[in-house]
Formats: sequence, structure tokens, C-alpha cells
Amino acid sequence: MTSHPRTLFAKLWDAHQVLQREDGASLLWVDRHLVHEGSHHAFAKLAERGLPVAEPTLTIGVVDHYAPTRDRDRIGDPDIARMIRTLEDNTARHGIRCFGMRDPRQGIVHVMGPEQGLTLPGLLINCGDSHTSTHGAFGALAFGIGATEVAHVLATQTIWQKRPRTMRITVTGALGPSVTAKDLALSWIAHLGADGARGHAIEYAGPVVQALSMEGRMTLCNLSIEGGARCGMVAPDDVTFAYLQGRPFAPTGADWDRALNDWRALATDDGAEFDREVTLDGAAIAPTVTWGTSPEEALPITANLPDPAKLDGARADQARAAMDYMGLTPGQRIEGTPVDQVFIGSCTNGRIEDLRLAAAVLAGRKARVPGLVSPGSALVKAQAEQEGLDRIFTEAGLEWVASGCSMCVGMNGDLVAPGNRCASSTNRNFKGRQGRGARTHLMSPAMVAAAAVTGTITDVRPLLEGRV
Amino acid sequence: MAGFSLIDGPAVALPQDNIDTDQLIPARFMSVPRKDGYGPYLLHDLRFDAQGAPRPDMPLNRHTDARILVTRRNFGSGSSREAAVYALVDFGIQAVLAPSFGDIFASNAVNNGLLPARLPEDRIEALLTRLGTDSAAMTVDLTDSVIRLGNEVIPFDLDPIWRLKLINGWDDIDMTASHGAAIAAFRAARAKAAPHAMLEATV
Repeated sequence: MTSHPRTLFAKLWDAHQVLQREDGASLLWVDRHLVHEGSHHAFAKLAERGLPVAEPTLTIGVVDHYAPTRDRDRIGDPDIARMIRTLEDNTARHGIRCFGMRDPRQGIVHVMGPEQGLTLPGLLINCGDSHTSTHGAFGALAFGIGATEVAHVLATQTIWQKRPRTMRITVTGALGPSVTAKDLALSWIAHLGADGARGHAIEYAGPVVQALSMEGRMTLCNLSIEGGARCGMVAPDDVTFAYLQGRPFAPTGADWDRALNDWRALATDDGAEFDREVTLDGAAIAPTVTWGTSPEEALPITANLPDPAKLDGARADQARAAMDYMGLTPGQRIEGTPVDQVFIGSCTNGRIEDLRLAAAVLAGRKARVPGLVSPGSALVKAQAEQEGLDRIFTEAGLEWVASGCSMCVGMNGDLVAPGNRCASSTNRNFKGRQGRGARTHLMSPAMVAAAAVTGTITDVRPLLEGRV
Repeated sequence: MAGFSLIDGPAVALPQDNIDTDQLIPARFMSVPRKDGYGPYLLHDLRFDAQGAPRPDMPLNRHTDARILVTRRNFGSGSSREAAVYALVDFGIQAVLAPSFGDIFASNAVNNGLLPARLPEDRIEALLTRLGTDSAAMTVDLTDSVIRLGNEVIPFDLDPIWRLKLINGWDDIDMTASHGAAIAAFRAARAKAAPHAMLEATV
């Protein structure tokens, strides 16, 4: 049977469409719905209407945004304690599986889901969190939603969506030494803008993407939202299947074989058309850092800041405001900028591979500035400790703490003080994101480790030479 | 939620790019229950200094009766926090005019009766210049998809699905209730076609 060539995105969309309304809106079936402490608004909406959760089995709770990274047994802040208790109560009330504070599998939702095999190719995954795009790394259709939509998914296990346009980002060649998926992501966002992929579903393709580990693909898909995309995805392949096999919630036996057969068909057909095609040369990407207050304000480590005087009206205003907030001057080199502290963790870069690379930089070296290392999940933490990575971090002078969203969003009390400059492996350099007046520079975990070693924003490449 | 087709009220300018949802509502205010109101936290760190005093140059402090906000590209980008929309709505904002919006924000806005209207960048820049630090009476007409300011009539873009939803005040859960049979049939077919997509019940 011949059929019209389809993109991976189209295959995923079509497989989940329950119906399409006359006005074009589609009702989609949701295979996995992940909820966290922030879902309290949605549970309240459900309670107001007296509605049950339609599919408690397909709903999974996890404590992450407010999870304290120290002294978990005695939470001092009553608001934080209440937020965590509310999630644990709401999930218990509705018979929803919850990876709570004391669960040995607790972690950031976008680290825990894949780790448990809850994330699988071909699934539609929703969560009231914009970084849900992470799960697209497995060839899933995964996107973040707001509280009203979370309530809708809880009540119906479906979601109304308008079909996004498609974009393929093909990365050719190979990444240079010490250049990571984070650098690739910041690089395309700097190129296309923080709204460059607005209204689009991105498929990442090409040899550089195929060569990435699952951790790298998750970092890349995670940051899709920072370029404005609705979601990001990578076609599943043997790397994906090897990662998933044997995970607690992954299929087994004959079910696995059958699933694998289906998953192998989840690729864009030859001749399928995208609304937009972008090609990047992987070899041209250097370690990349942000200098401003939007992820699009990113530069190769070897570059200088722009000069607002050479930009047009709105862009010049934006650059001036960002430099003012960040305490930087037009045209200055980004390398050598002193930092006050570092942070390694988050749903973007809190996985085992991230910690291994940062540890490779830090081994036998001392950090010149204080810093926090928060593994993305309790299982990542255990794995890192088994490999002795925790000792490398602590011997360098960094603090090794429990898992959660931590200093990426500061809801749990892990904050950067006003005016302090933080080299951070996270996803957002927004004003006030890590705390009021905090100055965030986004970069790869390896680059954060390099900043720790020198106390300044530093090219990690010489520091990693001969170490990986 | 009641539908509407006209918004009449003072418009103010906020000439900044990339006003993300972390700025619209800083994370530290997000544990507040909705019924307590989010208006006081709207753009908190832009509106108030470190001591909590209102910044006098901030247009939303000068014009607390603002109903329409005119701003630059990529408004509402970032975090999916619907509290960003609650803060705008509870403050009294009914429409935001910008060249582009974060997708999740725009969807959240429509779900709460807040209009995210897209205008070309040059139109926005002209409006920002015209408003300056003052406010001006503006009408936003959803039926014709235009804004009216003095003698000017300026078209805006809005997805037709969202236009209908705002005008009719549709609620998605209500809309979906009529499709229960289709959803049940889909679920059964999905469980058969992709058994791994289902999970064992919790004990």
C-alpha cells in the first residue's frame, strides 16, 4: 500500500487524533499525563466541578519544583511543605501513582519519566511544564500545557490543540571536542531567536543528532521551548531502544518485540515535506554561553558582546536593558567575566552524562567559587555516587545535594542572591529566574565546571584536553 | 466564563521584548491560591523596587486602570505557568497587543478570557510611540478583528479557533463532554493497537 509520505510529527499527531472539529481544532488522546506541585490549580478546578480523574493510571505525579535539596525531613518553609503535601494528597485522593519526597525514584519530572521508562516512542505526553518537550527525544509527541489544560486532561485524558507547523533542524558534520547538545541548542536559538520556532513542532535530524546519546537528545529537545517551539523530537533508533530496554515501565517480552516493531516505523518518510527547513554545520559550533536575559542572547565563548549602538530600535533597547541588568558592557569579551557561583543540575542538564563531563573537568582541581550540584533524580544521584563523582565535586569544594528543580527556578529556596553572577547548566537566564536580581549565564555542565575552576567564564576545551 | 466581543478601556505601553512569564509572575508568588488574587504580583519586580515601593516610571503603576497592554515581541515566553495570565486578568488587563506570544501563554490567555492579539512589529512600534508613558482610550473589536484608536482602525491577527472561543466564552471541558463516546472508542482502539501505551493500575 502506498501512501502520502509523512513526517514523524504527522504520524504521531494522526495516531492520537480522536476527532477534528469544523473550526480545525483537534481533540488528541493523551497517553501519559505528568503532574507536579504546580498542578494544584488544576486539581482545584476539578474539585470545583466535582469531577473525577478520568484515567488515574495514566496520570503520574512527582515532587520536583519545590523539593528541598537539603534537610528533607524537616521542611522549615510552611509554603513549601504545603505545596508538596497538596500534591501528595491530591494524587492519593485520586489513586494516582506518585513519586513523592520519600520515593527512592523521586526526581525532576523530565528526568524521572524517561528513567522509569514511562516515556516511550510514539506516546503523547503532557505535563503542566514547558520543558515537557524533553520527552520528544524518544520520538514522543510531548508538550507543555497550562493549568486549565491540565484540568482538562485530568477530566478527559484528552486535549484540544491546533496542529502546529513543522520545522526540521538538520545538523551536519560532527561536533568538536567538548562541544555538547547544550551548545548546539543555544547556538540555534541565538541564530533563529527565542521566538524563531514559534508555532512549530521541530524534528532534529542529521548525523550530529544521530550521534547524540539519549541524554544529549533530551537536552536538545528540552531547550526547544526556549526557541519558541511547541515541541521538539528525534526519531527513535537503536540508541533509544538500548536506553529503554529493561526500564521499570517499559514493555517486556513479546510486548517489547511488538512495540519495537512499531517504533521502527516512527521516522519521517523520504519525500515528506516540512513547512520550514534549517541546516546547521555541527563543526562550526563552539562552546556557547548566554550573556543577556533571553536564551537568544547567546555567543560562542570566543566572541564579544554586541554593541547596541549598531542595532536597530527595539533590538538596541533590548540589548541595553540586558547589559544593564547583567552588569556587562557593550563589545566586551564574554570569556574572563568573573562569576560568583555555579550551579549544575536541572531538567536540561542534570543527568548522569552531564555529571560525568562536569566531573571530568573538576577531577583533581579546586573550584574558586562556591557552587551547588543537584542531580536530576535520586537515581542519578545514586549512580553518580557509585561512580565516585560526588567525591570529585565535594573535593573540588562544591556542595552535593538532593535532586529537584532547585536553583533553576528557585521555588525550593535555592536562590542566587541579588546581583550575584551564576554560571548555570539550566535553561533560562530570565531576569529574576534564579532569584530577584540574579545574573544567570547559561552554558553546558562542562562549561559550568570550567567556570568553577577559574572563577570566570572560561573556554572548557583546554581544560578537558586528554580527559575525555 | 462569559464571552465578549468588545473591549473598551485605557491602553498603556510596555516597550520591552521577551517579557517572559517569570517576569509576569515571579516564582515566589506561585503558591498563592487563585481565590486570593494574583493582581498585586503582576510584573512585581518591574513594578516595585527591592524595598517594595512602586516605581513611578512604570506605566502600569501610573495607570492602574489599564485594560489593554501594548508590548513587544515574544510576550509570555518561557514557563507554562498559567499564573502569569491570572496576574494580568486579576490586575484588570483584558487584551495584550504584541508582534508575537509564547504559544503556551497565548493558549492559557484564551482559556481565561484574555485576548492575545498579534500586530505587525511596525504597527506595534507606532502604537508604543503614540502612547509613550500616557494611556489612551482604545477599543478592541473581536467581531471585526480590529482595534480602534482615535480615528485609526488597525487590524489584528488571532487564530479563528480562539476568536470563536473568546466570543462564545466556550469552556473546553464542557465542549469535550459531548464527545465522550468518541473518546471511549478511541481509548479501546489505542489499547489494542499499542498495549504498551497503557499502564498497570496502581495497587
